[in-house]
Amino acid sequence: MTGASSGIGRGIAVACAKMGAKVVLNGRNVERMNETLSMLDGKGHMVISSDLSKQDGINYLVSRCPDINGLVHSAGVPSIRGVKHIDRSLIEEIININDIAPILLTSALLKQKKLHKKSSIVFVASVSGVFVGNIGEASYSASKGALSGFVKSAAVELAAQGTRVNTICPGVVETRLLNLSNEMFSEDQLKETMLGRYPLKRFGKPEDIAYGAVYLLSDASSWVTGINLLIDGGYCL
Amino acid sequence: MTLEEFVKAFAAEFDETPEDQFKADTEYKSLEEWGSLTALSIIAVAMEGFGKKITGADLRACNTIEDLYNLIQTK
Repeated sequence: MTGASSGIGRGIAVACAKMGAKVVLNGRNVERMNETLSMLDGKGHMVISSDLSKQDGINYLVSRCPDINGLVHSAGVPSIRGVKHIDRSLIEEIININDIAPILLTSALLKQKKLHKKSSIVFVASVSGVFVGNIGEASYSASKGALSGFVKSAAVELAAQGTRVNTICPGVVETRLLNLSNEMFSEDQLKETMLGRYPLKRFGKPEDIAYGAVYLLSDASSWVTGINLLIDGGYCL
Repeated sequence: MTLEEFVKAFAAEFDETPEDQFKADTEYKSLEEWGSLTALSIIAVAMEGFGKKITGADLRACNTIEDLYNLIQTK
């Protein structure tokens, strides 16, 4: 579980542990990961802290990771920038963290045979770039759309060993709201302008996304691969 | 970046509003073209021109272009 120190990643870790999973938590902030660890039911969980934006960090995680049956890529960065202000450093940072890191981590874990046959791999993408677009989100959308593309071919390729590969595409989740509001809008403005676009009349909670991850990780979805699981309160309708 | 240059850079982010409408004392939020996209652009201008990060809250707190220029200087 990458990105396990907060938000959606933490929510997924908690839900998986509740379902009886032993979870390996990865993130950069040790203190916050230990907080996540303290929230997990059951025993046998572990924390491996590393920075996946660097190759050393990927290698470190792979070398210490035990064999696993499921892999959730939840680490990611948001970005809001108008198209004409996108520069090389911004796009490189986003693609590095949102795409290159999870793809190389997947590749290395497979190469080291750390993923059992019939594993399930889940990438946390977004409604943006897979289903819809928004002002200021072009570079973020590019990174999330790329995950969806990667998943389609990886799903076909890894089906030979019974491994399934899918994305979850969340709408706005309350944790991410804070980032958005700091960048751009006040929380009141966000609620006023955006909540109306959610037919179910609320933003998502980390557990809304976590239940989708539990489904994709479990045998309940054993005939499901290569999909984008939309969890958005009806936003894309 | 001087105040004059900032006003010019500010104006350059607008496609519909004529450049001569932009002065140091222009109340930018009353411009018809002001909105989320132009606000995003101004945040980027502050980053590119000054290396300073401003937020939506900063944009809401200021009235004129000069107010914003002064606020950026304090960052």
